[in-house]
Amino acid sequence: MIKYILKRILFLIPTLLFVSFLVYAILYAAPGDPAQLAIGEGATQAAIEAKRIELGLDKPLLMQYLSWLKKAVLHFDFGTSYRSDISVAYQIQSYFPNTLKLAGFSVLAGAAVGIPAGILASVKQASWFDNLVMSFAMIGMSVPAFVFALVMILIFSVKLRWLPPSGFSTVKEMLLPVIALGMQPMAICARMTRSSMLEVIRQDYIRTIRAKGQREFDLIVFHAFKNALMPILTTIGLQFGALIGGAFVTETIFLIPGLGRLLVSAVTNRDYPLVLGGVVCVAAVVAVTNLFIDLAYAFVDPRVRAQFGSTRGGVFSWLRHGKEKAPKEG
Amino acid sequence: MAQAWKRKGAKGRLKNGYLAGETFRRLKKNKIATASLFVLLFLVFLSIFADWIAPYSYFEQNLRDLLQGPSKAHWLGTDQYGRDILSRLIYGTRISLSVGVVAVGLALLLGGILGAAAGYYGKRVDNMIMRCMDIMLSIPSVLLALAIVATFGTSLLNLMIATGVSTIPGYARLIRAEILSNKDQEYVEAARAVGAGDFEIITKHILPNCMAPILVQATFGVATAILTVAGLSFVGLGLQPPIPEWGSMLSEARSYIRDYAYMLISPAAAIALTVFCLNALGDGLRDALDPKLKD
Repeated sequence: MIKYILKRILFLIPTLLFVSFLVYAILYAAPGDPAQLAIGEGATQAAIEAKRIELGLDKPLLMQYLSWLKKAVLHFDFGTSYRSDISVAYQIQSYFPNTLKLAGFSVLAGAAVGIPAGILASVKQASWFDNLVMSFAMIGMSVPAFVFALVMILIFSVKLRWLPPSGFSTVKEMLLPVIALGMQPMAICARMTRSSMLEVIRQDYIRTIRAKGQREFDLIVFHAFKNALMPILTTIGLQFGALIGGAFVTETIFLIPGLGRLLVSAVTNRDYPLVLGGVVCVAAVVAVTNLFIDLAYAFVDPRVRAQFGSTRGGVFSWLRHGKEKAPKEG
Repeated sequence: MAQAWKRKGAKGRLKNGYLAGETFRRLKKNKIATASLFVLLFLVFLSIFADWIAPYSYFEQNLRDLLQGPSKAHWLGTDQYGRDILSRLIYGTRISLSVGVVAVGLALLLGGILGAAAGYYGKRVDNMIMRCMDIMLSIPSVLLALAIVATFGTSLLNLMIATGVSTIPGYARLIRAEILSNKDQEYVEAARAVGAGDFEIITKHILPNCMAPILVQATFGVATAILTVAGLSFVGLGLQPPIPEWGSMLSEARSYIRDYAYMLISPAAAIALTVFCLNALGDGLRDALDPKLKD
């Protein structure tokens, strides 16, 4: 198990190297002289030349990348923003938490509504409730967050005046952005949970457990859902990553000082160090999320766990264990 | 989609023609998917004949009719420059659909080549290509598109390339998986025995056999691409005015949300409807192409 975890953690290193190099190379190809951009309009040729040497722009791409990498890894120094002379690391540090909060709450809210809805839909397959949930999920999947956001602002802020249309510090302010961004994960969670549950529910062992007289609730939650959980976990993780990347539109609408908005303005201002640092940070978070999904797999699935020689139970076996201490029937 | 496939089938192999007919027959039972197909065909029609259908031009300003609500002359009203919103929506269809289709086509082509090479040759090639794809997957595709747009500028072509390139890994994975499950089958062996080369085996024998999942993913992919471009345009990193992109129309309408909400409703509805239809069609196609998956 430890070996597996270590192996997965080690894979992070080439991932981040490759991602940073890829983005570095893309931005390297950008038109315009970075030295000119860094120093601003109306600089003399000599000053630009000096800046170019200071920034190391006279060296080939690979050398530039390596020196950027060295600073980034050793000193957590991603360079300085061209526009504001504030270090990129500091800007990311102050903006990223908002994006993480926004994406995290949205995914949690989406999962909290989507998973139970999906379970109920699968249990009552082809009923009116199932149809309702699936239609709603289809709409949630198709309508982008910014459309939801604008329509909700129109209804709840402009017409009804219940909720503020911008900001992200109080619960009231967070409500609209989290709902808008949480619609998509909710819909996808509901669909995934339903199809995953339907697959499990049809299997023989479920019929056996039902024949044994297990309570329907326990059957669904502890026997069926437990085995349907893995694809759902993957979905949640992937959604979290997608939301961190896609939050910039929602952040723009609600004027949330998040990394997405920072990146958008960096792109508009051609502030390449900031773009690079921001994208690499997001990619790092996504890569770590993927790592956690894989580890969660190992935690939930006894087959994966057994493969790596650990017999310790997962969270569900602990839950089951608690239940089994009650006097057994039959 | 199904229509195009059918035509191809009729021209080529009998089996594909039959399969497409069968698929279409099953698709017809799914009312939402059929309705979506017709709506999409209507949108394609609109986008092709926009020049004749649109009642006004999409860029001509009419400063006497600013911010007029829906009326007989302007069904969906006019925007802050007096431009007819309906006409802009119709031209926007052309942009959204072409971006979606070209981006997916590009991603399919490049992802297909990579995935096919990885799946078919296996071992080292597979390992190298797929690790790169895995790594690329850890950059959210919107962000990759953003970086590409940041570098090369925001023209229509660049947006198509950016949205296409950033979704390559998904298609590479899919096509690799399909090739892997097909390459050891007898018909491939038979083709090799009669002297077919690798390229011929992949393109003429294996790929036609795994069109179904590719078609389904491509349908969803067009929806995603449309959303990506609308999102980028909304924050000002996509197509620039006066190009009538739905996302940038929404972003302009946002400033008038307090008093002229009708400006917002129609582009929002257009995006939602198009993406809904693509997703519903994708769902329907998946069920129709693989009855086993239908619950």
